[in-house]
Amino acid sequence: MAANPMTQFEVYRIGPEIKIGSFDISFTNASLFMVVSSLAILIIFNLGSKKNSMLPDKIQLLAELSYTFVSKMISDTAGSKAKPYFAFIFSLFMFVLFCNMFGMIPYTFTVTSHIIVTFILAAFIFIGVTIIGFIKHGFGYLKLFVPSGVPIVLLPLIVVIEIISYLSRPISLSVRLFANMMAGHTMMKVFGGFVISLGIVGGWLPLSFSVALTGLEILVAFLQAYVFAILTCIYLNDALNLHH
Amino acid sequence: MIKKYFFQLIFFNLFISKEVFAAESGGMPQLNPEFWISQIFWLTLTFGILYVVLSKLILPKISSNLELRKSQIQENIEAAEKQRKDSKSKLKEYEEIIIKSKSEAKVIFKETREKTIKDINSKREVLEKQIDEEINKAEKEINELKKAAPEKINQIAIETSSEILKNLMGAEINNSSISAIVKDLSKKNRDKFYGN
Repeated sequence: MAANPMTQFEVYRIGPEIKIGSFDISFTNASLFMVVSSLAILIIFNLGSKKNSMLPDKIQLLAELSYTFVSKMISDTAGSKAKPYFAFIFSLFMFVLFCNMFGMIPYTFTVTSHIIVTFILAAFIFIGVTIIGFIKHGFGYLKLFVPSGVPIVLLPLIVVIEIISYLSRPISLSVRLFANMMAGHTMMKVFGGFVISLGIVGGWLPLSFSVALTGLEILVAFLQAYVFAILTCIYLNDALNLHH
Repeated sequence: MIKKYFFQLIFFNLFISKEVFAAESGGMPQLNPEFWISQIFWLTLTFGILYVVLSKLILPKISSNLELRKSQIQENIEAAEKQRKDSKSKLKEYEEIIIKSKSEAKVIFKETREKTIKDINSKREVLEKQIDEEINKAEKEINELKKAAPEKINQIAIETSSEILKNLMGAEINNSSISAIVKDLSKKNRDKFYGN
């Protein structure tokens, strides 16, 4: 076992090297956990939707509770117009959640702890939301950068700030998830490495601290998936219902 | 001895962790672009498949399941509501019937009571009439007897007094004079002896 807390984030090839042109698209451990997460989601939700009994069993209840949870989240933040995007946000939330949660199992790989993965997701959301906004409102979507009720003197400054904040959305969205996951896993690794050496002095305290930290990280894993999805909803809300 | 061993262990561990921090400065694997294209490719593939399967196959099923259950529950609630209303109206009917029959029973009771009272009264009247007649008859007889009694007593008194006088004086006395005296006395004492 490697002692370096960063080695857990290393990507390595599983199986042969696959190349399309000059691009290396080999199957890696990251790909493995993407496939595992997606398969787990599909299996669970397929089992949960297979039969419809009046009294749902556990797996059906899980699927239906997740469905109503995400649907309520979307209708609360983005309104009824966001219904066509429900499937996307549901998949997004579940994908991020399952990747985060699979990362909590020891010796696994956390897909979402890689900036490239979260950035691709965030960039896709950013581009998609911008396209939706321009389709729905035409050039009127640019009014998003001009808040109402602002003095004309301040307007140039405000518009610049709004444009910068809009353009920084994909960065903030991706870095938030990536940094949270990476920092959490690094911290767990470091504190896990101290359990033995500090345990000689502190007894069970370092181990119990490590256990508590694991609980906290599971909470963070859920919370970051939720935040990722709800921020997507908020961006979508801006594009669908132009409030400014 | 144990203490020494412990301190050695701590020192050893600190040495290892020192190495750990030294290795950390080697950089983040996340910033190594070697597998970026691979990650983008596999992310697009897996997430795309996940999205398509979820949106086309699974989510509509869950949605229809939820809708179906909702409508079924709604139907059941409506049916239960209807049955409740039905049972309420039935209960009302039942109560009305009970109230009606109670009043009917009261009427019947009243009627029979009046009838029996009437019956009893008429029978009593007949009986009272009979009793009155008998009493009247008896009274008449008594009155007749009463009327006849003084005459007889006077007769007896006259006869006995003439007999007594005959025995005392040895001579016969005219009955008519004695009867005059008796009549006179009886007239005087009538109220005393037959006080009615």
